[in-house]
Amino acid sequence: MKDINRRDFLKTAAIGVSMSVFGTKFLKASDESPSGYRIGILVDTDVCVGCRHCEWACKVAHNIPTASLESYSDNSLFKEYRRLDAASLTVVNEFENEKNPSLPVYVKKQCMHCEKPACVSACIVGALSKLEDGSVVWDTKKCIGCRYCMVACQFQIPTFDYDKPIDPQIRKCDLCYDRRKTEKLPACVSICPTEALLFGERDEILRVAKNRIKRKPDVYINHIYGEQEIGGTTWMYIASKSFDNLKMPPLGNSPAPGTSESIQHGIFAYFVPPVTLYAILGTIMWLTKRRSNENKENRIEFEQEKKGVDT
Amino acid sequence: MISRQIKHKFFTPWIFVLTILALNGLVFLAIRFIYGLGAVTNLDNYTPWGLWIGVDVAAGVALAAGGFTSAALVHIMHREYYKAIVRPALFTAMLGYTFVALAVVVDIGRFYYVWHPIVMWNGNSALFEVGICIIVYMIVLYIEFIPIVTERFINKINFHGLLTFLNKPVNGLLKYLDKKLSLTMFIFIIAGVVLSTLHQSSLGTLMVIAGQKMHPLWQTPILPLLFLLSAIAVGFPMIICESLIASRSFNLKPEIKTLSKLGFMIAPIIGIYLAFKIGDMFIRETFRYVLLFDSAAWMFIAEMVLMFVPFILFLSKKIVNSMSGIFIASVFVISGVLLNRINNFIVAYNPFFNPVKYFPSFGEISITLGFVALLVIVYRAFVMIFPIIPQENNNSNQNIAESGNTKSKKWI
Repeated sequence: MKDINRRDFLKTAAIGVSMSVFGTKFLKASDESPSGYRIGILVDTDVCVGCRHCEWACKVAHNIPTASLESYSDNSLFKEYRRLDAASLTVVNEFENEKNPSLPVYVKKQCMHCEKPACVSACIVGALSKLEDGSVVWDTKKCIGCRYCMVACQFQIPTFDYDKPIDPQIRKCDLCYDRRKTEKLPACVSICPTEALLFGERDEILRVAKNRIKRKPDVYINHIYGEQEIGGTTWMYIASKSFDNLKMPPLGNSPAPGTSESIQHGIFAYFVPPVTLYAILGTIMWLTKRRSNENKENRIEFEQEKKGVDT
Repeated sequence: MISRQIKHKFFTPWIFVLTILALNGLVFLAIRFIYGLGAVTNLDNYTPWGLWIGVDVAAGVALAAGGFTSAALVHIMHREYYKAIVRPALFTAMLGYTFVALAVVVDIGRFYYVWHPIVMWNGNSALFEVGICIIVYMIVLYIEFIPIVTERFINKINFHGLLTFLNKPVNGLLKYLDKKLSLTMFIFIIAGVVLSTLHQSSLGTLMVIAGQKMHPLWQTPILPLLFLLSAIAVGFPMIICESLIASRSFNLKPEIKTLSKLGFMIAPIIGIYLAFKIGDMFIRETFRYVLLFDSAAWMFIAEMVLMFVPFILFLSKKIVNSMSGIFIASVFVISGVLLNRINNFIVAYNPFFNPVKYFPSFGEISITLGFVALLVIVYRAFVMIFPIIPQENNNSNQNIAESGNTKSKKWI
């Protein structure tokens, strides 16, 4: 199968974006995946050159104060492994390339936008929701700042403004929800100079990823990170070395909220178990009362005990 | 035996110490609300939950379990013999849950939105269920406490000055509440037990979603069952411990007979809990993590020992019948459950990327200790105002006559 070029992608992407925004419906984590348009983004770590333009574009798109784009060419930052924080919704890290030491591997990190997001399942007030196009977004009007989404997320993505007493936010990639309203691509995708980020329909993106691995089996390992991981993710990665060595958590294929939701739904299935428990306790209460009225043993014992204490 | 307000002097050296602890907590509380969570806590983006959720909320809810276990014993199973323990247990639960709610307000980033779960629902969320159940249960506990207020104040209302005109209507209201509640109290009592069962277990479900971030020694799908069983197990030991401390503090004769009888019920419950806990360990083959003898393994061993020792102690008749024996055994169970909650929420939480292992900051510990201190102070004040603690019937003919005259059944 032919690799699809960038322009085609942008076209389908634009259509997809408009579809996704106009037909936005909020889904619950446990719902079946709908058959409609789902965004997929491929990170080809072999193509990424570590320019960190995506970091800059992301900050600009989300109104986060940032230095000029030129300052991002400073490579000394790569010395230490960086993670997301309230002011960085995406970061790029450098990893050693054993096959070709002069060309290190760069891995961009951001919210993976899981197919079955644990954060959406966990959120106490439903402030996090999964849109029909697959993106996971956060609603500042609902969030109470309990940080349970951070406990739930297997990728450790959501961050919190620990230093703000009023209106601290849970921050994570929202796939540029505001930009997509005007049919624009996410800022990181549109600025990427090397086409290391590929935006499109998820199935299509998966096909491209599989193709690239097939064409260059000597370069890529045969694993698309995010295809199956905890039920699949919107962002997917291909790389020349094991993802364990790129600090991507080794996760199984079962969705993160699975066990928790089945326990929850078991305890609360149509309120039958709590109501049954109420009825059982009520019956015990009534029966034991009758018994204690019929033979006053308890009472007599009680009186005797009282006398015993009194004397 | 009848519950009466305690007549004792309020201030002791201990109260002085507790006041200092409470004030110290208040200072850090102010910093938290002025400069944000980051200024006081050691929490970060990798460890979002710490001491306040693990101890103030999770352990707090567990240690307030005496309220529903005693209600189930006395009201649902009609073991009237134990009636004396109901009021102190109910009051402890009411106070405990109030402080749990306060701790939640302190811990959540947007405290002014704490009411959101009441109107914004997410049925998939274990935290939502815990939150709603705790809110409703708190209301139930306040309703269950009303009879104690009416008993204290009916025909004894005495506002002075401008408020004199209120005396009659308030008294009428109290009488009305007393009458209505004596007819409907059973609804609230059963509801309280059901709600407790639900949220005590759902507190365990909370950490299930953390998946691999939880140490396998603790991460198990039966966490909700383990949480429920351990909460039931710690209910009576809390009542015993409290009763003995209150007796010592107020120079009352301890009700050792009632407490010992209560004590005999504890060993089987701990036994069931331990059976599930150890069975789970063997089914999931997690004993190999114990054999690593790293810090997590030692915490697990400590938790197990703290529950196993009182299991043996509570089996011995001699120990359960002796005051110091039953006190020490109870303290073991309480520490065991406390450590279990700390382990589940703090020690076991070890995500893939975690550069700094969390340890609570001085500020976090100060606020937790401050809350505990304040709780004890409020407890002491309340048992002096309201008829909560059961005492022997010397020179209190008036009270007996009163309760004898009440035609309706007295629940609480």
